[in-house]
Amino acid sequence: MATEEKALEAQKQEITESEEIERTRECQCFTPRADIYETEDNIVVVADLPGVDENSVDITLEKNILTINGYVDYREPEGYSLAWAEYEVGDYQRSFRISNEIDRDKIEATIKDGVLRLYLPKLEQAKLKKIAVKVGE
Amino acid sequence: MYRRYRVPRMWRDMDKLQSEMNRLFDSTFSRRYRNAPGFPAVNVWANENGLVVTAEVPGINAEDIDIMVVGETMTISGSRGMDELGEGTRYHRQERGYGDFTRTVKLPFLVDSDKVDASFRDGLLNITLPRKDEDKPRKIAITSG
Repeated sequence: MATEEKALEAQKQEITESEEIERTRECQCFTPRADIYETEDNIVVVADLPGVDENSVDITLEKNILTINGYVDYREPEGYSLAWAEYEVGDYQRSFRISNEIDRDKIEATIKDGVLRLYLPKLEQAKLKKIAVKVGE
Repeated sequence: MYRRYRVPRMWRDMDKLQSEMNRLFDSTFSRRYRNAPGFPAVNVWANENGLVVTAEVPGINAEDIDIMVVGETMTISGSRGMDELGEGTRYHRQERGYGDFTRTVKLPFLVDSDKVDASFRDGLLNITLPRKDEDKPRKIAITSG
């Protein structure tokens, strides 16, 4: 594989508000880091959502915008005060524009250890077809 | 002739206002976030009996995380692997990092390393470090002479 390994990064990226969308929940929101790769049958989206489990993630598909919302139910350790802080906790939101080559009814998602994996299966006609070349007569 | 310079009253009022504003902001936004020098970023919570260190380490198995406490330092280390990709797979976008990490945190006091407890759930690491009994602050009773 040609891609280089990317080093782990500690800092989260706060969401940049787009003008049309107003947030309704009063808390910090972050853009999860995501990888997108393409296999023979799927487009796979992998996103880091630490603190989110299968019950606190919403995935919606509207027209061709796929949106991930991860809600973090955060509780501060009781009886302690924050002595040193390097990261903030908040929800996650990110949207992806998907192409028409995706079979919308068969999108699957799994989440484990705070990593969401979305499998977007390609439509049959979009799959790479190999055309056999015959020797001409 | 020596004349004592008097700060005009207006400026003194401005200064007073400014320091009051600063105090207000400090108490409201007292949490100063610092950039983490390495992965993972950690938050340290403290009280007189111990510490809670939290970190976000998504996509790492609990058994792949090592926590070591030596004296007043704690080291978190581990590794995050890449997805197993088959032949013909190509990346469109890669933002998530991979590889080994080690992070050493200096603790504000000695902890009882036998009683350190760590939990890991949904990519969140939570380490409880009780303070060593002999290191705890003691109240000194004052006897009247």
